[in-house]
Amino acid sequence: MPIALVVLPALAGILALLLANDALRRGLLVATALAHLSLLLATAATATGDPHALFALDAPGLLFLGLASVLFVATSIYAVGYLRAERTDERPDFVAGVVFRNAPERVFTACLLFFLAAMSLVCLTRHLGLLWVGVECTTLASAPLIYFHRHHRSLEATWKYLLICSVGIAFALMGLLFLNYASLGLSGSLHLDRLLADAPTMHPVWLKAAFLFLLVGYGCKMGLAPMHHWLPDAHSEAPSLVSALLSGALLNCAFLGIIRGHQVCAAAGLAPFSGGMLVLLGLVSLGTAAVFVVGQGDFKRMLAYSSVEHMGLLALALGTGGSAALSGMLHTINHSCTKAALFLLSGNILALYHTKSSYDARGLFRTLPITGVLWMLGFLSITGTPPFGTFVSELGIIHGLLAQGRWGVATITMVCLAVIFVGMSSAVARMVHGPKPRYLGGIAREDLSSVGPSAFLVAVVLLLGIVQPEGLRWLVAAAMRVASGMEEGLW
Amino acid sequence: MTASTLSLACWAIILGDLILLGAGRMRHLLLLTAAQGLLLGLVTVGVSPGIEGYIVAGAVATLKGGIFPWLLWRTMRQVGTSEIVEPFMGLGTSILVGLGGLGLALWIDARLLLPIAAPPLLMPAALTTVLAGLVLIVLRHKALTQVIGYLTMENGIFLLGTPLAGHDAMWIELLILLDLLVAVFVMGIAIHHIRRTFDSIDVDRFCSLRD
Repeated sequence: MPIALVVLPALAGILALLLANDALRRGLLVATALAHLSLLLATAATATGDPHALFALDAPGLLFLGLASVLFVATSIYAVGYLRAERTDERPDFVAGVVFRNAPERVFTACLLFFLAAMSLVCLTRHLGLLWVGVECTTLASAPLIYFHRHHRSLEATWKYLLICSVGIAFALMGLLFLNYASLGLSGSLHLDRLLADAPTMHPVWLKAAFLFLLVGYGCKMGLAPMHHWLPDAHSEAPSLVSALLSGALLNCAFLGIIRGHQVCAAAGLAPFSGGMLVLLGLVSLGTAAVFVVGQGDFKRMLAYSSVEHMGLLALALGTGGSAALSGMLHTINHSCTKAALFLLSGNILALYHTKSSYDARGLFRTLPITGVLWMLGFLSITGTPPFGTFVSELGIIHGLLAQGRWGVATITMVCLAVIFVGMSSAVARMVHGPKPRYLGGIAREDLSSVGPSAFLVAVVLLLGIVQPEGLRWLVAAAMRVASGMEEGLW
Repeated sequence: MTASTLSLACWAIILGDLILLGAGRMRHLLLLTAAQGLLLGLVTVGVSPGIEGYIVAGAVATLKGGIFPWLLWRTMRQVGTSEIVEPFMGLGTSILVGLGGLGLALWIDARLLLPIAAPPLLMPAALTTVLAGLVLIVLRHKALTQVIGYLTMENGIFLLGTPLAGHDAMWIELLILLDLLVAVFVMGIAIHHIRRTFDSIDVDRFCSLRD
């Protein structure tokens, strides 16, 4: 039963609220993460696709939920060490000097689990109305996570996140209403299966309007420029493990909302329109990221702008279609794993240096050698350097653009990628090399829970650059065919 | 319900939007939002009769006409904010923007025909309400006014959806309303924290995060 994937973390979240023992609650978090992943694998292995069902896995849903589930396991292991090390008393904030304390740990753990439940709902449902409810639930469940450290900057970030994303997906709701109007007189349902069947006879003007609103609405949540303003703030102020989940898992879920709209448009023969809009927003996102990454002193904001860049690449790839879309689906895996690893590592750096400035956090190789090496590898991967999987997928996207004769788009993309590489490399080089600050002693201790998850994720991306397993290649191809409206691809 | 009653309700909503943009006191804003919620319930019943329409209308009127304004009213009392709305630009200019929005809405309405029987003013009323909500979010100082703006915007979107109330699965609309309830609740809690941390609920104080 696919619905169990939503119910399990939700129930665990309620249990986490009731448990008083910290160690037990952390154990529950890891156990639920592992159970969720096993349950997902079991569901994927056994489920029989019923296209009329409310909950069913299709290829993009399985791909994104699989990513979310793997990242949740990695971050929950990281969270055990992180929460153990966090002080619960009042302490001074290292930027502004004001005193703050953390939100209760039980609320934090519960919200993490509710967040997983909401993301599972988004990936599993076949009903676009329910998908909307799921996306709004992810906002509400993750807002308290961003406000874990209760100081004024995280509060500012949380408020922007809540308000911008809520207004954004109010637009998506309008898109759904327009979709309903477009299919009026036909089945009039928002079930994906019915929408795809109705699409060829839908009212094209209303369908176009619906797609635009869905794109702006879910694009806001996905971090496509120019609706990305909440993203750098939320990612830089949230605890690092939350940033890892936001960037690696949540943005994909919002992308799924856009994919659903694109599917319907493609079925109606409007793929050139929706694809064109996706390419446009993708280019704007790439350009925005290139402008803001260069000279960015805050290394967590730098990672956040890199997310804007990669979301732009995904939109661009889907809009282009063909082999570019195929590489785009592969790119979701590479981006999610690398970005989550980098955010988890940034948490280690922040914990030791107490600064987010790449000018002050220097000499990583001398203070945090494992984190330093992984940080360097993660940077190489996120900028698409061989032999990482990101290189393969980015090359594939460029190749797909050139194969369609889109020289202009390909040129702009390559220039932006090059600028971002240079911009990020100067910050990363400064951080890993450079002299060790005087106030730090020798080599700091690095727990397995703090570097293990990142090492695993970076290793996955490295392996994907060398060899792609047959099953994964098949899943990615199926996800691409579903997203481009070529087939239903139900499990 | 006669067609003229429905048209009257739509007119009342448009007028309500303009008064909302010109309102200078927080309590008037809340009262206007509540009235708009009740009108929304009325339009829902009028446009889509039948048991499903009644259930959705009842839920809309209770939540948007009662519970949401009450929650915000309580928040306002608890954080002890002043009654003044504090706009970025004059209230008169806001009303002018609203009138411009109404013109735009009428222009769109003339080009994009609703493929369903609906009162003639439904679409302009809905679009004007969405725009009025956006103006409240962008051009007011207080976090509380932004939440009222968000609710107004949602009212407009719901108005656009009223002709569909009986068509699709009703439980989706109820779920969406439930989601909104939680959203208003979470925003209310956030406002309490903003008040405690910044000693004010002015969003102007939010100036430490930028590039």
